[in-house]
Amino acid sequence: MATKVHMEALSPTMEEGQVVRWVKSEGDGVSYGEILAEIETDKATMELVARGDGTLRRILLGEGGTAPVGAVIAVIATADEDIASLVDGARQSASDGAGAGSEAVTTAAPSAGQGPAATLAATSVPEPSGSEPAQVSSEDGSSMAGGRIRASPLARRLAAEEGVALQAVKGSGPGGRIVKRDVEQAVKAQDGALGPDATGGLTHSEADYEDVALSQMRKTIAKRLVESIGPVPHFFLTIDVDMSRAVEARQRVNAPLEREGVKISINDIVLKATAVALRRHRDCNAHWGGDHVRRFHRVHIGVAVAIDDGLITPVVRDAHLKGLSQIAPEVRELAARARDKQLKPDEYTGSTFSVSNLGMFGIEEFTGVINPPEAGMLAVGAVEDRPVVDGGIVVIRPRMKITMSCDHRVIDGAQGSRFLNTLKQILEEPLAALL
Amino acid sequence: MAIITYRKALNEALVEEMEQDDSVFLMGEEVAEYDGAYKVSKGLLDHFGEERVVDSPISELGFAGLGIGAAMVGLRPVIEFMTFNFSFLALDQVINSAAKMSYMSGGQINLPMVFRGPTGAALQLSAQHSQSCETWFLHAPGVKVVTPATPADAKGLLKAAIRDEDPVAVMEGELLYNIKGEVPDAEDGDFVIPLGLADVKRDGGDVSIITNGAMVHVALTAAAKLEKEGIKAEVLDLRSLRPLDVDAILATVTKTNRAVVLEEGWPYVGVGAQIVSIIQEEAFDELDAPVLRVTQADVPMPYAKNLEQMAKPSAERVVEACKQVLYVS
Repeated sequence: MATKVHMEALSPTMEEGQVVRWVKSEGDGVSYGEILAEIETDKATMELVARGDGTLRRILLGEGGTAPVGAVIAVIATADEDIASLVDGARQSASDGAGAGSEAVTTAAPSAGQGPAATLAATSVPEPSGSEPAQVSSEDGSSMAGGRIRASPLARRLAAEEGVALQAVKGSGPGGRIVKRDVEQAVKAQDGALGPDATGGLTHSEADYEDVALSQMRKTIAKRLVESIGPVPHFFLTIDVDMSRAVEARQRVNAPLEREGVKISINDIVLKATAVALRRHRDCNAHWGGDHVRRFHRVHIGVAVAIDDGLITPVVRDAHLKGLSQIAPEVRELAARARDKQLKPDEYTGSTFSVSNLGMFGIEEFTGVINPPEAGMLAVGAVEDRPVVDGGIVVIRPRMKITMSCDHRVIDGAQGSRFLNTLKQILEEPLAALL
Repeated sequence: MAIITYRKALNEALVEEMEQDDSVFLMGEEVAEYDGAYKVSKGLLDHFGEERVVDSPISELGFAGLGIGAAMVGLRPVIEFMTFNFSFLALDQVINSAAKMSYMSGGQINLPMVFRGPTGAALQLSAQHSQSCETWFLHAPGVKVVTPATPADAKGLLKAAIRDEDPVAVMEGELLYNIKGEVPDAEDGDFVIPLGLADVKRDGGDVSIITNGAMVHVALTAAAKLEKEGIKAEVLDLRSLRPLDVDAILATVTKTNRAVVLEEGWPYVGVGAQIVSIIQEEAFDELDAPVLRVTQADVPMPYAKNLEQMAKPSAERVVEACKQVLYVS
């Protein structure tokens, strides 16, 4: 009986695979468990093994070719067996798949001898080169049983504590149960995989951070939002801040600083307040890492500076540790050199969060575009005297609107709102920064 | 520290408690003239006289009831069953009187008394005389049960049992009477082990063997075998089955994340079932493997030597269960 060779899910997150090399050629005899091909997955090059005995009759996907998980990429059969219908069927589903994206998995997978197991395979990690491969891929040490992950209670607890997604862990216990040692191994592997260059190009040499593995829910949120809105799914939160005390405080601190030649701007106060608020809401001081969220413990704020032919964001490092009298001259100095295009690369990279202020142009409120992989930025409007209701009467107060852009894959509405409320509290009562 | 037998340790406990409290007396079959079937009461008749060391007729229900009556009026009887296999005749007194008197009198009448004697299988005593009797005494609330495994525990627990204000069954191991061990000397102070405290008999981090009574020695043998294979088993001796040291059970499970519960008796509604229930309820998130039990086979104890050996829990079976929860078998 003929056996279809499927593109198998050789990594937990693999959606499609590329044939690097066929180890067997058409006409070669193959037996169960033998390596047929090397497949490039999203993670590494893995071996694809035969799930049946016979002759490799037809290769349907050449070297360098890519197919979605579940697609038929070759046929194994006895030397004289008629495989024409199988080959046609496979080609048909392959062309269906090309048009329908992920549909290919469901149309191609439930083929002879596989049934529901093939869909499970998409989330399991089949043993690529075991000496006795199991009958269907779901039994290859996968911990999925009827869509449920088998894991010991301790393994579940450890995985939650360590931020390990159990879906990605292969169980070594009875029936593929994930046990303590499997989670420990996954933690080790995860720690090893996250080198300093894990998020392309940005230097994190000075940043301390923790990486939070993505839960299934977080992955789904990320995927769906990107489909909807673009690569960085923004949403916006606006808050209106009473700046009376901040303006007053600024005047008071500026008087004695004048002799030293330092002048603190409203934007400096916003930067400092932002840094303090971010330290209290580290979920907003984060980067999107594709397969994890990186939460920073230190706050490096990118400050958007308009220059002749664009803009650049020099970085105030460790803003949470610096006083206003340090931040003010630093921002001015960085901005001046930015306009002269004198910034060094490490002076405009590595920010964990950004602030853009168009108040000086009289802009009341606006929305900023996030600087990836950062997860948030603030768009700060002008401080203007506006009528507001206070205690039942209309009074004139200096007000300022702040709009936060959030990457919804990292920050949800409630998290962003909590951060903005802390920021508002600090700006409305600057003493709150000391709390 | 003197090295003495388990039998001698029990004897010392009786002597010390009878010397310091006139209300303590011993009653049972052949405890006086014959020094006890297992010689635990050796010399007591000479030392304390026939008023306090009393030979009873072969009438378990009767002398258990006499003991309960004596306790009701302020004495502290120690009732010896020649073996706990014979105590079944007295179970109505134990379960319906001893366990309930304090409750039914609204706390007005308490029974400061001890039932003691050997439990469990010895060698080829067949089905009726080889039973682990703990569960019969444990099932009804109102009677405390302790199962000393070593000479020191035997002395300390029997002394605590005699001083306790409620009925306590001290279930000794028939095959333990001759084992020797260190017991603190009387001159170094009163040696009493409070009821309800378990004891780690061997320290280890890989797997917990939770057990009691004679099975402690089976567990220690198993742990020694495991060590040769690089597996460090912790042996927790519960010592007291009611009250139970739940904290110690949770502590060892939290430490090793896996447990094997070893008991001498039958599996059905056995002591181990209670322990497993507590573990899954209170230490669920600590478990890396299901808790396994090693028990006597679920059959009446065979007389044939080879079959008896197969029916009893063995160190080999404990080793096997430990490997299973460690996922190495």
